[in-house]
Amino acid sequence: MSPLAAAATGVDTGDTAWMLVATALVLLMTPALGLFYAGLVRSKNTLNTFMMCVGAIAVAVVTWAAVGYSLAFDGDGGLVGGFGHAFLDGVAFAPREGTTIPHLLFFAFQGTFCVITVALVSGAVVERMRFGPFLVFAALWSVLVYAVLAHWAFGGGWLQANGTLDFAGGVPVEMGSGFSALAAALVVGARKDYGRQALLPHNAVYVLLGAGLLWFGWFGFNGGSGFSTGDASTLAFTNTFLAPAATLVVWFVLDLVRGRRVTAIGAATAIVVGCVAITPAGGFVSPGWALALGALAALPSYFLIVWRTRTRVDETLDVLAAHGTAGLFGIVFIGLVAQTSWNGVGDGLLYGDAEQLLWQLIAAVAAPAYAFVATYVLLRVIGALTPLRATEHEEAVGMDVTQHGEDAYATGEGAILVTPEAGHVGVPVRA
Amino acid sequence: MKLVIGVVRPEKANDVLEALYRAEVRGVSMTRIQGHGGELDRVETYRGTTVQIGLSEKVRFEIAVSDPFVDRTVEALCAGGRTGEVGDGKIFVVPLEQVVRIRTGETDVAAVTPVEK
Repeated sequence: MSPLAAAATGVDTGDTAWMLVATALVLLMTPALGLFYAGLVRSKNTLNTFMMCVGAIAVAVVTWAAVGYSLAFDGDGGLVGGFGHAFLDGVAFAPREGTTIPHLLFFAFQGTFCVITVALVSGAVVERMRFGPFLVFAALWSVLVYAVLAHWAFGGGWLQANGTLDFAGGVPVEMGSGFSALAAALVVGARKDYGRQALLPHNAVYVLLGAGLLWFGWFGFNGGSGFSTGDASTLAFTNTFLAPAATLVVWFVLDLVRGRRVTAIGAATAIVVGCVAITPAGGFVSPGWALALGALAALPSYFLIVWRTRTRVDETLDVLAAHGTAGLFGIVFIGLVAQTSWNGVGDGLLYGDAEQLLWQLIAAVAAPAYAFVATYVLLRVIGALTPLRATEHEEAVGMDVTQHGEDAYATGEGAILVTPEAGHVGVPVRA
Repeated sequence: MKLVIGVVRPEKANDVLEALYRAEVRGVSMTRIQGHGGELDRVETYRGTTVQIGLSEKVRFEIAVSDPFVDRTVEALCAGGRTGEVGDGKIFVVPLEQVVRIRTGETDVAAVTPVEK
């Protein structure tokens, strides 16, 4: 064996093997979210909606490598990290303190979290936000909001230092995206037909398939957040298997009581809500409490979705209800039912530690507040420089054709091949 | 009796339906069609293949009405379908020889008059 083939000191090969797989699983969640979101919009906006998720991969991976990772994970400043790891400086094979996997792999794993979170926010502004300004927003948001919240919860920032427990991202990913989505919806404004016409999902099968792939990827998301093959990872993995099923059952019952029918879109939503709720709590609560958490988390999300659609707030794909609320519920739930006998870290109120609940509640106030305010200001600034929205005409024709010059369901009928010799016969214009 | 055929933009179809409803015109059918009416062509590109989309998506309304309803039907189609840009569509009004309501066997004007509830 050559010296290069040997693992760096302190690296565990089993842990590394699992984390390599987990990283790929989490990256898959972003295209899965694209499918989920694309099914929920009208057919004329299919590609644009999906492309916002693809755009999140493009932008957030680069910003993460440039400065995002460093601001989140370099040093233990209270509010934000340093620039010591900017452009991957000092990130190589030797493990980061407290882990047994190569630092590079830790970086990549955390990067996939940043990507999916940026993609999640797009759900608030689909069907009307211009693609260019969205990419600019995504780049800045990934650094100014995501990296900061990740530092608070994971990178040694003030929440983590004071004992807030967040296993896989209730603070930066779920509450971060959910409350930012609310701010984004308020700044960008409602779709022009919102509240006047029925704006229905165009493909419920995409939505279900997207939800299934998200759940699959979530095993890497939660199961990888122990950064090892240890007990915490196994607990989080199995809790990710249990909680969404309980959410599904409760969602079915709520659907039955309210509409006398169990809906497919509702089921897909329930899977996401269950996965979100167990995200912060996965490695801290017992499997029994995970089932209870999945079941109870359905209630606030379900009723927020029902109520939100009656308001003038066009937070289009209900990122706040599915992610913000369910994430907040999970964060607080840890403070009630965490058990040292399962997690070796801390107890919740029911097991004798009221202070744990206090710090969970502080996180549940601070993270949403920062995410909302920072996103609101960021979008106002971008909006002052360039219009955030497509014109009414473009919105009416559809974002696929006007933003990308493509049609998700092109038939080819009436399409004439333009040869390079002939040049463009027509002009690329408004349809 | 006339058959009023209106070809409009798909994104205006809901506005047309609303205008027809306001004009108390009931009994409408609509079809998604593809057509070309002189508007500038759209260019799309798929993996390096550039195509000119010569036919645009349109929606065709067909409305059979008695003579007193013709004008307000045409007005509703115009009001709901107009954007002012090339490609707003056309309205054709053609004479109708016979109309039969299948359920009752009523013919002509009785057949195009909505059922009073």
